[in-house]
Amino acid sequence: MANYKDIINGLKDKQGGIIEAFHALQREYNYIPEEAIAEAAQVFGVSQAQAYGVATFYSYLSVEKRGKYIIRMCESAPCHVAGADEVIKAIEKHLGIKVGETTADGKFTLELTECVGQCQATPVITVNSEPVFNVSAAKVPEILSAYK
Amino acid sequence: MADEMRLLLEHADKIDPRIAEDYIKVGGYKGLEKARQMDRKDLIQEVKSSGLRGRGGAGFNAGMKWSFVPPAPVKYVVCNLDEGEPGTYKDRIICEKNAQALLEGMAICGTAIESKQGYIYCRGEYPFVVELLNKAIQSAKAVGALGDFDIEVRMGAGAYVCGEETALIESIEGHRGEPRFKPPFPGVAGLWGVPTVVNNVETFAALPYILSNGAEWYASIGAPKYPGTKVLTLTGDANNTTYFEVPTNYMLRDVIYKLGGGIKNGKKFKAVQVGGTSGAFIPEQNLDTPIDFDSMGTIGAALGSGAVLVLDETRDIVDIVTRISKFFEHESCGKCNPCREGTFRCREIMEKINAGRATEADINNILLLARVMKKAALCGLGQAAPIPITSTIEHFGHEYRRKLLQYA
Ligand SMILES: Cc1cc2nc3c(=O)[nH]c(=O)nc-3n(C[C@H](O)[C@H](O)[C@H](O)COP(=O)(O)O)c2cc1C
Ligand code: SF4
Ligand code: FES
Repeated sequence: MANYKDIINGLKDKQGGIIEAFHALQREYNYIPEEAIAEAAQVFGVSQAQAYGVATFYSYLSVEKRGKYIIRMCESAPCHVAGADEVIKAIEKHLGIKVGETTADGKFTLELTECVGQCQATPVITVNSEPVFNVSAAKVPEILSAYK
Repeated sequence: MADEMRLLLEHADKIDPRIAEDYIKVGGYKGLEKARQMDRKDLIQEVKSSGLRGRGGAGFNAGMKWSFVPPAPVKYVVCNLDEGEPGTYKDRIICEKNAQALLEGMAICGTAIESKQGYIYCRGEYPFVVELLNKAIQSAKAVGALGDFDIEVRMGAGAYVCGEETALIESIEGHRGEPRFKPPFPGVAGLWGVPTVVNNVETFAALPYILSNGAEWYASIGAPKYPGTKVLTLTGDANNTTYFEVPTNYMLRDVIYKLGGGIKNGKKFKAVQVGGTSGAFIPEQNLDTPIDFDSMGTIGAALGSGAVLVLDETRDIVDIVTRISKFFEHESCGKCNPCREGTFRCREIMEKINAGRATEADINNILLLARVMKKAALCGLGQAAPIPITSTIEHFGHEYRRKLLQYA
């Protein structure tokens, strides 16, 4: 795993690049560790409170540890009418966790999201940002079994 | 008139959007070449008289916006690819099918306002589009198509409000995406305090065609006051839920019944929400309206992002609007009171109505709250948040009243 300091310092010449740095950290760790927020604040010349304020403003960023695979269920109106609620229930049941939780083995985290811009094939989930189309409650076990 | 008119998407899936040479083979970068030979004032005039209006929702004349930019040593061209409006994916499609046209359009704007640096703000949900755009920029730079105009892609991180242009600028600067007070407008003091033009992907991508075919030609397509084409994304209970590019005088009914193939499973139509989640719900009797900006306005609706959500007769409007009210509560940035508190109360009252615990007084309260938010919210999010509620109370009031206590 790349060192968080190297990740942040690699972007230090980007004006306003703290969000880019947070993205890069998340690609590596799936969340933004606390010590990385402090480092980013220093590198980009803002207070720790400000850096934390940025990290927590955006729903795509997380300051809490998450699983290897982050499942996000779209619940915007087009996915809602296509049956998003049943899919959420099926995922919760299959993984034995509620929205916002991570499985005990650290493999899956389940989150809700608004429209991910793939509304041609609703309902949609994303797994680590990769969209999965036309999801149904019945297909959930098969879809999730692909993530080892 | 049952057909699409493909202008931006004419070569979709026939060229590789990452490769500049592919685009050049089908006439690409001719518009920019022409723009570079023109006097700047004439170039802005050409765009102005084409009638091109912003495709991001507000419908402002693009050339007019550029003409307000004052002289300054550094200026920026910013492309809004935040595309957070639920039900909308047309900017993604434009990038995936014709990214080079977007780059060319941004460079045309750069020529017009004398800017050497562009930024594309791409929503965090589209990392694959960021990758595609970076390849497309590399390819365009490598063949010299962009000249000395540079483009950098920056990523959003899941905040609907960052589609608002000043919140977007805050976000590129590395801050929380909270809208700024206007004025000053971005055209005068935008990114890092310098003059900045912000336009939508679809607005930029139309420019190459305007420059190479002429303003007059463009102005003659579609609705005279909102000319050109519009890319729509059809979702919900239609048979053919996909994207279409149509002239702007295309009829809403034809979007649903001709291109969309009608309602799924032989059911009847109930309502259509145009413009995304902040749009109005439109009843059957208003379907014979062209989709252009002004015509939509005459029926109390908005074209917005061009999302079209169709609902069949079995759909529970109050339940759907309750879901939508959660969206706005979640996405309110919290900077101003009418929206922070208002979206919370809207959601609360909608849940009460949806659960069958409300009375007529709650309906009156939510309508009053809607008026306050429309007038007092700082940005378009808080101003538009009540529209789905008020438009459905207006056109589908019986569905609300059915759920009120005295009828239970
Ligand atoms: C809450 C909110 C969200 C918005 N989201 C977007 C968006 O995702 N994409 C977009 O182009 N414009 C969006 N806009 C409109 C922009 O503020 C701005 O008007 C637009 O980018 C200007 O480009 P145009 O003139 O080419 O349409 C949004 C506005 C508001 C108030
Ligand atoms: S209207 Fe809502 S989103 Fe806009 S500034 Fe106010 S609180 Fe933020
Ligand atoms: S509404 Fe779910 S992907 Fe757009």
